[in-house]
Amino acid sequence: MPLELDISHLHYSQVNKILRDYIEKGEREFILRGVNGHRYLFAGISAEIKAQLYGTPGLDLGAFMRGPEIRVFGNVQDGAGNTMDEGKIVVHGMAGDVVGYAMRGGKIHIYGDVGYRVGIHMKAYMDKVPVIIIGGKAGDFLGEYMAGGIIILLGMHSIYPERPLAGLFLGTGMHGGTIYVRGKVKESYLGLGLKPYALDGEDEKILEKHLKEYCDDFGLDLSEILKEDFIKIIPYTHRPYGKLYAY
Amino acid sequence: MWNLTLRAKEISGCGIAGIIHKKGELIPGEMILKAICCQYERGNGLGAGFAAYGIYPDLAEYYALHVMAQNRQALEKVEEFLQKNTFLNFQEPIPTKRVKTIKNPPLFKRYFVKPKLEEEEAEFCNLTAEDDRMVQLVMEINEKIEGAYVISSGKNMGVFKGVGFPDEIAEFFRIDEYKAFIWTAHNRFPTNTPGWWGGAHPFTILDWSIVHNGEISSYGTNRRYLELFGYKCTLLTDTEVVAYILDLLIRKHGLPLELACKAMAPPFWIEIDEMPEEERELYTALRILYGGAVLNGPFAILFAYNGGLVGLNDRVKLRPLVAASKGDLYFMASEEAAIRAICPDPEKIWAPKAGEPVIIEMEEGVIPNQKSYLKPRPVEVREDALRIGYIPPSLFSGK
Repeated sequence: MPLELDISHLHYSQVNKILRDYIEKGEREFILRGVNGHRYLFAGISAEIKAQLYGTPGLDLGAFMRGPEIRVFGNVQDGAGNTMDEGKIVVHGMAGDVVGYAMRGGKIHIYGDVGYRVGIHMKAYMDKVPVIIIGGKAGDFLGEYMAGGIIILLGMHSIYPERPLAGLFLGTGMHGGTIYVRGKVKESYLGLGLKPYALDGEDEKILEKHLKEYCDDFGLDLSEILKEDFIKIIPYTHRPYGKLYAY
Repeated sequence: MWNLTLRAKEISGCGIAGIIHKKGELIPGEMILKAICCQYERGNGLGAGFAAYGIYPDLAEYYALHVMAQNRQALEKVEEFLQKNTFLNFQEPIPTKRVKTIKNPPLFKRYFVKPKLEEEEAEFCNLTAEDDRMVQLVMEINEKIEGAYVISSGKNMGVFKGVGFPDEIAEFFRIDEYKAFIWTAHNRFPTNTPGWWGGAHPFTILDWSIVHNGEISSYGTNRRYLELFGYKCTLLTDTEVVAYILDLLIRKHGLPLELACKAMAPPFWIEIDEMPEEERELYTALRILYGGAVLNGPFAILFAYNGGLVGLNDRVKLRPLVAASKGDLYFMASEEAAIRAICPDPEKIWAPKAGEPVIIEMEEGVIPNQKSYLKPRPVEVREDALRIGYIPPSLFSGK
């Protein structure tokens, strides 16, 4: 039986303390109700736990965490998955800005749209390859300064029909990792020096693997997603600004 | 107490919130308080404030001057000045309450006035001349009367602000006793200028009020630009320039609201290059003419006037802003949670695009002195137009 808590009248520092105490005692499953603006939930938790959140968690959900699997029935605010190391955040709504900032492992699956600078400074090392999948559209600076990992942008479940798939400066300064986009983006929207490429067989395998898990999370049909062609954006050099500051 | 040396600007990570009822129904003060307190950690106790529209319906034809004064003598000087330059209808201390954590607050008094005009101006009896005179008088008090500041000067509206957390300032000014059709609120986290009573948000001129999260790094440029038109920045916080830019661009130069916002947060040249010809010409003219009004640096602002509430981000969205609606109520805040704290089930909730204003105007004819700035208006001051050039009205056709 998961432990069910109504946290609507608690300050986030109390909530995090309570959660940490229960995790210490061996509790492994949580259901949190009345979540609204509580910051840093599960931040820094290093444990294999599961949690369902109902409401809108505050800034930096799951920051620095290693292991928890968090499912949010609602939207998430800015900085979700900030520097997260392992684990997973599944968001059944939309997400704010700088989601997955400097993320170094784990997964973030978002059903809807995301804000600006998502995946900024993402990185990868050895077997740690962070993945962000966005079901809706993304604001400007998606994957800015990306150093590793995978971002997949679907543009399918958006509340903004008038907006482009991805905003301006897509992948600006990226020097590692891959951004996959379902459909096309204007080349003028790409960061300096970047170009869209067609997928190869290896890409398709990677995409299918991650998208299958994404579809399982939200009960979606994989073949529907794969109906349209993807492009990929990769860095053109691993030191895009190598000559900018060194004369 | 206010022996301040002039410093340039502020860097901050504040919280903002705003509510408007499109049909002009009154919203209790508790509601905005709840929204801003949901973002408690966005401030550090060094400033909070509220702007309320529709709170003086019986005196709606008079400019409501909220005056903050260091001592009795400063207040007397303001009163002497007002006796000489205005018709004073009514005055009273702004009701306050003792709050333990608020030490040595300044004095607060409100005056309901109409400016005395020169004979030839009075002949036309136009509101423009009254507004212009009022701006001059406010500038004069703020600049010349030591220890006294006009913190708001619009009709049927008022600003309540000071040093403290939002709940403390609300208690001090008894915000729960007011009802308004537009509210904005601010929770301040200053890091670069003194946290003093005059530096708290909202900032105002006439019925414009602004709350701001961020840092306007173009403050120096903006300030010098505004000085060309007689606006004097005296409150030591960058946000002040936004109030005067709005007044200049919209009220004086007649720019439609959206275009004024685009002057402050202009599209990138790479975006302008891709626009259809007519639009390209307009935005090129805008960027050339209003270079001095561009706000650089990170910001999310909410501004209000008698008739509308507007949210605007800097063009690369370096500060958060969320908007939502339910029926005739519209909400904007730094965080979605702040909106859900007062409206758990909005019909629509969205994240505005960088540099694209969210403009919510009230339905026509629901409040006294109602203003609408959606359409371009005739340029009122020709000598300004000559000084800087102006945008040919033909370019507005697409807007």
